[in-house]
Amino acid sequence: MTGIPASLGLPRKPPGTARQGLGATGRLDDWALAPAVQAILFTVCATYLFVSGILFTPLLGTPYEVDGYLSPLFSPLFRPDWLPTWISPGLFILWVPLGFRATCYYYRKAYYRFYFADPPGCAVGEPSLHKRYAMETRFPFILQNLHRLFLYLAFIPLFFLWIDAGVSVVHDGQVRLGLGGAILFVNAFLLTGYSLSCHSLRHIVGGQLDCFSCSRRTRVRYTLWQRLTSLNLHHMAWAWASLIVVTLADVYIRLLAIGAIADPAIRF
Amino acid sequence: MPDAHLRVFRGDSSTEGRFEEFDVPVEEGMVVLDALHWIQGHAAPDLAVRWNCKAAKCGSCSAEVDGRPHLMCKTRLSDFDLEQTITVEPMRAFPLIRDLVTDVSWNYEVNKTIQPFTPPTDVPQEDWRWQQEDIERVQEYRKCIECFLCQDVCHVLRNHETERPFMGPRYLVRAAGLEMHPIDQADRREYLKDSGGIGFCNITKCCTEVCPEHIKITDNAIIPLKERVADAYYDPIGWAWRKLRGGDAESGARAELPVLQGNPPQTDEAPD
Ligand code: SF4
Ligand code: SF4
Ligand code: FES
Ligand code: FES
Repeated sequence: MTGIPASLGLPRKPPGTARQGLGATGRLDDWALAPAVQAILFTVCATYLFVSGILFTPLLGTPYEVDGYLSPLFSPLFRPDWLPTWISPGLFILWVPLGFRATCYYYRKAYYRFYFADPPGCAVGEPSLHKRYAMETRFPFILQNLHRLFLYLAFIPLFFLWIDAGVSVVHDGQVRLGLGGAILFVNAFLLTGYSLSCHSLRHIVGGQLDCFSCSRRTRVRYTLWQRLTSLNLHHMAWAWASLIVVTLADVYIRLLAIGAIADPAIRF
Repeated sequence: MPDAHLRVFRGDSSTEGRFEEFDVPVEEGMVVLDALHWIQGHAAPDLAVRWNCKAAKCGSCSAEVDGRPHLMCKTRLSDFDLEQTITVEPMRAFPLIRDLVTDVSWNYEVNKTIQPFTPPTDVPQEDWRWQQEDIERVQEYRKCIECFLCQDVCHVLRNHETERPFMGPRYLVRAAGLEMHPIDQADRREYLKDSGGIGFCNITKCCTEVCPEHIKITDNAIIPLKERVADAYYDPIGWAWRKLRGGDAESGARAELPVLQGNPPQTDEAPD
């Protein structure tokens, strides 16, 4: 193929006149408000989930399952006999959703802005420290490219979350329609929406094709791609809703387990 | 109606630059560019401002209004609180020529480094065929009017200047349109990764927020291209799968091309 060699370097960009330095901007609106709210919400949820998944049970002995409800952080539950009590079984599972969310295109956008100030806002200056950053071209951020591997793995706990929600409906030989079960179903639903709206999945399912109409197989993939594209439009909403609900689900089950609240339920 | 109070950047590359203030009588439906024309006509005839269509289609009148990148011909004064001063500055990511006019020629040089549309050489143009669904994605990218607002706001170009050699969102949009074209034969993934610097984009979406053509630059162009680059370079499972099937480094997608008469796709049925 004739043409331009792929190795042809870009011309050097001449410097502009942008204000430099953290927060330097001509913007008059409250550009810092949205990232600040997001940072607080994200930090609270992420810290809670980490502490709950790794530390609560070993340190405080709070149970993560009660009356047929299992906290979603521990599903599927893998608790071999040899596991010392100071190690939480959450360790075996949590790295999957952690890796999945940490490499998610939406969360990357959010935390690059609010944790790294890279940039803190659009048309807002960055700390001069960033001059050395190579972003996603070098270690460690080049690892963000492995997002699809976490996507594949994330379907394993997701499958078990649906099973857990289903199993929780039958308790002590009775059908139990409880608030706890409802929360587990909503949680599984939102995590499914979050996983199916993933950019990598959208790419793998059909986005990687150049020709949608070429065969029956590519036409099926095109239809799937269209469906996932409409979910993907709301990926941010799925991301937040599923993060908040998974946090609440764990809080709810822990409160149930220590007897602080009771589970309203219809039994028959 | 009250007057609008404008603060307009004046200066050229040899000076510090300063802001000059003007009171402009406001009329129904007036846009920022109208106000600048009033200033040119009544107060500062030498005010430099680049414009052409006044219809948000030529991409000439890009500037920063109250610190945010805008097409001045599309930015209504009625969207602002006229009690407050409205500040108009040139695009800050590019070198200043004078007043509101910047030198955007670097962008055209970047454009030249992208492998252009590369159709198959052995099929005459009159035999090219494709379906609407194959070209729909590409049509979104073709809406680009080259206003360079996205290049202006992109923090990689704006704050990092030369230490991160990066083609910028506008040219990722162009590359996406070529890469996803149903009969284009070129593979730009190596270029995107190495020369184009797609890894410098951290998908923070400022480009998408400012695009006057509402191209979903990040979600529909950059992320899909990052995924295509990952197909080729960062996917151990995909790599193992291709080895197992005896394929080469090409993505599976390309093998099914092209959709051309006289060169029917080897598939279960012909396209409708
Ligand atoms: S998403 Fe990427 S290209 Fe767009 S403004 Fe952000 S860093 Fe630049
Ligand atoms: S992609 Fe949008 S913002 Fe960027 S140059 Fe084209 S029209 Fe302007
Ligand atoms: S992009 Fe967010 S989960 Fe994949
Ligand atoms: S003058 Fe053409 S886009 Fe504003």
